[in-house]
Amino acid sequence: MTNQRTQAEIVRQSLKRRYRKERRFRLYGMTAIAVALLSLVVLFTDIIGKGYTGFIKTTMTLEVVLDGEQMYLEDPTDKDQISMADFQAPIIAALQRYFPEAQSRKDVRELSRLSGNYASNQIRDLLQAQPELLGSTQTLEFLVHDTVSVYVKHADNPAYSIRLSEQQQRWVDELVEQGVVTTSFNDVFFSRGDSREPSNAGILGAIVGSLLTMLVTLVIAFPTGVAAAVYLEEFAPQNKLTDFIEVNINNLAAVPSIIFGLLGLAVFIGVFGMPRSVPVLGGLVLALMTLPTIIISSRAAIKSVPPSIREAAEGIGASKMQVVLHHVIPLAMPGMMTGSIIGMAQALGETAPLLLIGMVAFIVEVPEGFFSSATVLPVQIYQWASSAEQGFVELASAGIMILLAFMISMNGLAIWLRKRLERRW
Amino acid sequence: MRTERFAFFLLCLPDVNYSSNTENSMQTANLLPLILVIAVIAYGLAYMRSRTVAGPLGGIRNLKALPFYYAARAALWCAIPALIVLTAWAVFEGKVIQNLVVSSLPAELLPKSAGEASLLMSQINNVAAGKLNPAFVPAEVVGAADKLGALKAQSSQFKTVLVVLIAVLGAAFAWSRVQPQINARENVECTLRWIFFACAAMAVLTTVGIVFSVIFETVRFFGKVPISEFLFGTSWSPQTALRADQVGSDGAFGIIPLFTGTLLISAIALLVAVPTGLLSAVYLSEYASKSARSVIKPLLEMLAGVPTVVYGFFAALTVAPFIRDLAEMVGLEASSQSALAAGLVMGIMIIPFVSSLSDDVINAVPRTLRDGSLALGATQSETMKNVIFPAALPGIMGGILLAASRAIGETMIVVMAAGLAANLTANPLESVTTVTVQIVTLLTGDQEFDSAKTLAAFALGMMLFILTLALNVIALKVVRKYREQYD
Amino acid sequence: MNSMNATAIRTENMSEKVAKPVINEQPENAVITEGTTVGQPFADDPKFKLRNVEVFYGESPAIKNISLDIGRNEVIAFIGPSGCGKSTFLRCLNRMNDSIDICRVKGSLMLDDQDLYDPKRDVVELRARVGMVFQKPNPFPKSIYDNVAYGPRIHGLANRKSDLDDIVENSLRKAGLWNEVKDRLDATATGMSGGQQQRLCIARAIAVSPEVILMDEPCSALDPIATAKVEELIAEMSESYTIVIVTHSMQQAARVSDRTAYFHLGHLVEVNDTDKVFTAPDHKLTESYITGRFG
Repeated sequence: MTNQRTQAEIVRQSLKRRYRKERRFRLYGMTAIAVALLSLVVLFTDIIGKGYTGFIKTTMTLEVVLDGEQMYLEDPTDKDQISMADFQAPIIAALQRYFPEAQSRKDVRELSRLSGNYASNQIRDLLQAQPELLGSTQTLEFLVHDTVSVYVKHADNPAYSIRLSEQQQRWVDELVEQGVVTTSFNDVFFSRGDSREPSNAGILGAIVGSLLTMLVTLVIAFPTGVAAAVYLEEFAPQNKLTDFIEVNINNLAAVPSIIFGLLGLAVFIGVFGMPRSVPVLGGLVLALMTLPTIIISSRAAIKSVPPSIREAAEGIGASKMQVVLHHVIPLAMPGMMTGSIIGMAQALGETAPLLLIGMVAFIVEVPEGFFSSATVLPVQIYQWASSAEQGFVELASAGIMILLAFMISMNGLAIWLRKRLERRW
Repeated sequence: MRTERFAFFLLCLPDVNYSSNTENSMQTANLLPLILVIAVIAYGLAYMRSRTVAGPLGGIRNLKALPFYYAARAALWCAIPALIVLTAWAVFEGKVIQNLVVSSLPAELLPKSAGEASLLMSQINNVAAGKLNPAFVPAEVVGAADKLGALKAQSSQFKTVLVVLIAVLGAAFAWSRVQPQINARENVECTLRWIFFACAAMAVLTTVGIVFSVIFETVRFFGKVPISEFLFGTSWSPQTALRADQVGSDGAFGIIPLFTGTLLISAIALLVAVPTGLLSAVYLSEYASKSARSVIKPLLEMLAGVPTVVYGFFAALTVAPFIRDLAEMVGLEASSQSALAAGLVMGIMIIPFVSSLSDDVINAVPRTLRDGSLALGATQSETMKNVIFPAALPGIMGGILLAASRAIGETMIVVMAAGLAANLTANPLESVTTVTVQIVTLLTGDQEFDSAKTLAAFALGMMLFILTLALNVIALKVVRKYREQYD
Repeated sequence: MNSMNATAIRTENMSEKVAKPVINEQPENAVITEGTTVGQPFADDPKFKLRNVEVFYGESPAIKNISLDIGRNEVIAFIGPSGCGKSTFLRCLNRMNDSIDICRVKGSLMLDDQDLYDPKRDVVELRARVGMVFQKPNPFPKSIYDNVAYGPRIHGLANRKSDLDDIVENSLRKAGLWNEVKDRLDATATGMSGGQQQRLCIARAIAVSPEVILMDEPCSALDPIATAKVEELIAEMSESYTIVIVTHSMQQAARVSDRTAYFHLGHLVEVNDTDKVFTAPDHKLTESYITGRFG
C-alpha cells in the first residue's frame, strides 16, 4: 500500500512537466495550421490587391473634329487613302485644345502618347463604317495609354509614375480634374481576346478557349472513365491483365502533368499530325491526364452501391449487364459526377502540358470552334504574368480571380451534388 | 543516296503545317453526325422490323430478346466499324498523302536537312492553300502542290463513300439478322463489355504512348550526345548554335546541375510541407473540435485546389522579391529568382497533400492502440509521439515519397519563379533551374524537330518519368504493406 | 452532482419513481425498477463509491441510474446480455469515455472519496491509478520490453535503467510471462500468440503499479488454454489489486470473482456474492439469464 502511494506521488510530481510538453505539442499543431491558413490568406489578399485594378479601365472622352485636311483624307471609302491617313491627328488636336502651349515636336509626341495605341484605329473604323461623318465633330471615348492608366489607377503610389514625364503627369492630373480622363468598369476585359496593349487585352478569348477545351475533355474523359470503372469493378476477371491495368491507372494518376504534354507533342502532333494550339488537342491531352482521377472516384462510387441491390436485380433474372446499366450506374452516378467535376476543375487549372502543345501562342481572336487556334485561362495568365508591363500583371491577377471563381464554383457544385444526390447506405 | 535522303525527310515530317490539317479534321468532324444519323435510322428500322417479326408469333415475348436489343445491335454494328475506319483514315491520311507528294518530286529538289524539309513542305502546303503566290516557287513545287490538292480531294471523297458504305452495310446486316431465334441481347452485351474493356485499356495505352513518345526521341538524342555525358556532365547549356561553324556550337548537355537544382527546390518544399502538413493532420485528428475540423479541413483542401499557375504567379511576383529584399536587409546577396522562393511556395502547395495523406495514415492506426496507451495514463502527445507515430511511420514515409514525386514533377511554379541558368549550387538564395523548367524552355518557342536541343527535352522527360514512377511505385508499395498490417 | 446527497441515497429512496414498462423478451413478473438493485450493492470499505450514475450517448441513455460500491481488493464481475451497458459502465471508472465526443456521464463517482469527474481531476493521474486491459490484445508495435516499459517511462517511475529492468521483470513475472519471454525481450510484441499478447497487456498495466485494474472481456479473443492462464493470473492478482472484470462467460465470472453484478438494458439488476448469484439469485431476470433463457 505504501509503495502504491509513493508511485502515485511520483506520477503527480511528473505531471507538471508532462503537461508543459503536451501544451507545447499542441501549440506546434496549432502553429502548423496557422501557417497553412495564413499562407492561404496572404495568397488571396496578394492576388486581390494586385488584381482589382484589372477590372477598372481608364478612358478619356474627347470632342474630336474629324477634319479631312488634317488627316490627309478626302474619301473614306478609298482603301489606299485610308491606309495612308493620319488618324492620330484629330486626337492630338483635341488634346491641344486643353493644352494650347503644347506645340513643339516633343510636346506633340508626348501628347500623342497619352491616348491608347488603338485610339486612331477607332477613328478609322468609325469613318470606314460611316463615311458621311467626315468633317463632323464627334464626342468619342478612347482608352488611354497603358502608362497613363497605371498612373491614374495608382495615383497614390509614386513607383507607378516613372514611365510618364513630369509634363505628362501634369497633363494627366489636369485631365482627371476636368473629368476628361475617367475610370469605369473594364468591359473591354470581358469582351476581347489578347492584345499587345494591356488596356486593350481581354480574357474572353481565353474563357472561350477554356470552355471548348473542357468540353472536349468532358466528352472524352467522363464516358471513358465511367466505362473503365464499371469494367474494373463489375466485369474484370481476376487475372494478370486486370492487375496490370490497375497498376497502370494508379501510376498514371501520379505522373507529372508535363509528361502528358510530351505525349501530346510526340504522339498527337508528331505521329497523328493533329494541328497545334487547338482546343481538340488540348482537350484530348487533358482528358488522358484526368482519366485516372475519374476512374478512381467512379470506382469508389460503384463500390458504395450495396450488394443487396445487385442481388435483388439478379434475383429476378436480370443479366449482369442489365444490373449494371439499370441499377449500379444510376445509383453511383452522383458519386461519379462529383469525382468528375473535381477532376475537371483540376484540368481547368492545368497549364504545363498545354505549353508544350502550342496553346501558348499569342492569339487575338476569340476562338470560333474546336479547330481554331486558342489559348486557355491558366496559359493566358502565365503569358500575362511573364510580361514586364504593370498593366499585364494587373490583368494576370484579374485573370487569376476569374479562374479561381470558376474553380470554386465547380467545387461548390460538386459539394452541392454530393449533399443533394448522394445516398447514404 | 536518294532513298537515304528520302527516309531522312520522312523522319522530319511531323512538323506539318496545320492549316491543311485543320481542314481534314473538320471533314472528319462532319462525318461524325452523318454516322450518327445512319445509326439512328438503323435503330428505328430494326426496332420496327423486330415488332413486325414478333407480330405473327404472338407478341414480343416470343422473341429471344426485346426489340430494344435488336435495334441497339443494329445501331452498334452500323456505327462501330464505320467509326474505326474513319479514325484510321484520319490518322494515316496526312502521312500517306505527304509521302505520295514527296515521292513525286524530282531528286534534285529533295531536302538535305530537317530545316529544308519542313520549309519545302510548308511551301507546298501554302501554295496548295493559296496563301503563297505560285510564281515565287519552282514549277516542281507548284506541281506538287497541285498534286497535294488533288490527292486531298480524292482522299476525302473516298473516305466519305467508304465510311457511309460500311455504316449502311453494317446496318443492313443487322437488319437481316432480326430473327426471333437469335439472342440480340447477348450480342449487345458482349459488344458493350468489349467497349468497357477498351476504355479500361486506355490507361495502358496511355502509359505505352508515354513510354514510346519519350523513348524514341531519347534514343535519337543519345545518338547525338553520348549517354555518359548526359548523365554525368556537370554543365548544361543547350544553346546549340545556328551555324555549325559558330563558336560553342555544340551545346553542353550534362544533367547534373538540373538534378541538383530540382532536388534543392524539392528539398526546400518538403522541409516546409512535411512538418506543417504532418502537425496539421495531428492537430486536426487529435485536438480540434468537430466544428473547427469542419471549417479548417475544407480551407486546407482549398490550398490544394489552387492552380499551380497561381502559385507560380505568387512565387515570382511576391515571394521572390520579398526574399530578395529581406536578404539584402541582412546583407546577403539573393537572386530575384531564388530557389528559396520557388521551394517555399511549392511547399505551401504540397501542405494539404501531406496533411490528407498523414490524416489517412494516422486514422488507419487501430483505435485500440490509442486506447491502450491512454489507459496507461499517457497524455495525448505522449500517445501520439510514442505509439501512433512509430506505428504510422511506414505510411507516413510512403506519403512523403509521394509528395516528393509531386515536387519533382511540378512545373509551373519553377517555370515562373526559378531561373534558367543551370548553376551547380546548394545555396538556396541563388538561382537554379530544374528538369521541368528546361523541358518547357526547350519545347516552347521556335523549335527544330531534329535538333539535339529538342531531343534533349524528351531525354529529360524520360528521366523525370522514370524518377517519379520509381518514387510512386515504392511509395504505393510501402503504403499498401502498411495498410495490410492493420486490416 | 452533490456527493453528500448521493451517498445518502439508498435503494428505497428511488422506489417512488414510476416503474418502467416490462420489455417483451423479459420473463413474466421480472420487473426492473429504475435505481433499484437487489442484493448487496454496497460494501463496507469501498474503493469506488458510485451513486446515481447515468450515461448518455447523445440523447439516448446507456446507463440508467446505477448505484454501486466496489470494495478494496475485491474481484467484481459484470455480467449481462450484449448491449446492457456493462462495458460503458466499466469505461466510466477510468474515464476512457472522455474520448467519445457525444458521451456524457452524470452522477457521483468517487475513488477513495475523490470525485472522478471533478473538472480539476487529472485524467492522466487517474489512469495511472486505474489501469485497463482491453477486449482485444493491443500490444504496441514495439519490442516486448518497450511495451512493458512504456508506462513507467512516461510516468518517470524509474530513475535508472536497472530500475526499469526490475519493473519490467517483476511485471512480466506477475503476469506469468517471464519464463516464456525472458530470452527475447527485444522481439517485437506483435509476433506473440494471442494469449501471450493479452498477458503482456496485463503486464503492461501492472508495470505502472495501479490500484485498480479494469478488464473488458479480457479473454473473449483467446483460446481456452490461454483463457485458463489469464484466469489463473487474475486469481493471483486479486491479492494486491482491486479488479473489475466484464465478461460474457458466466463460468469465468463464477471462477474468478468475489461478487457478481448483473446488468440488463442499462440497469443494474442484482449484485450479490458470486456463489449466491449462480445458485440462488434474488431477481427473476438474473435467474433467467444464468439459466440461459436469454442472453
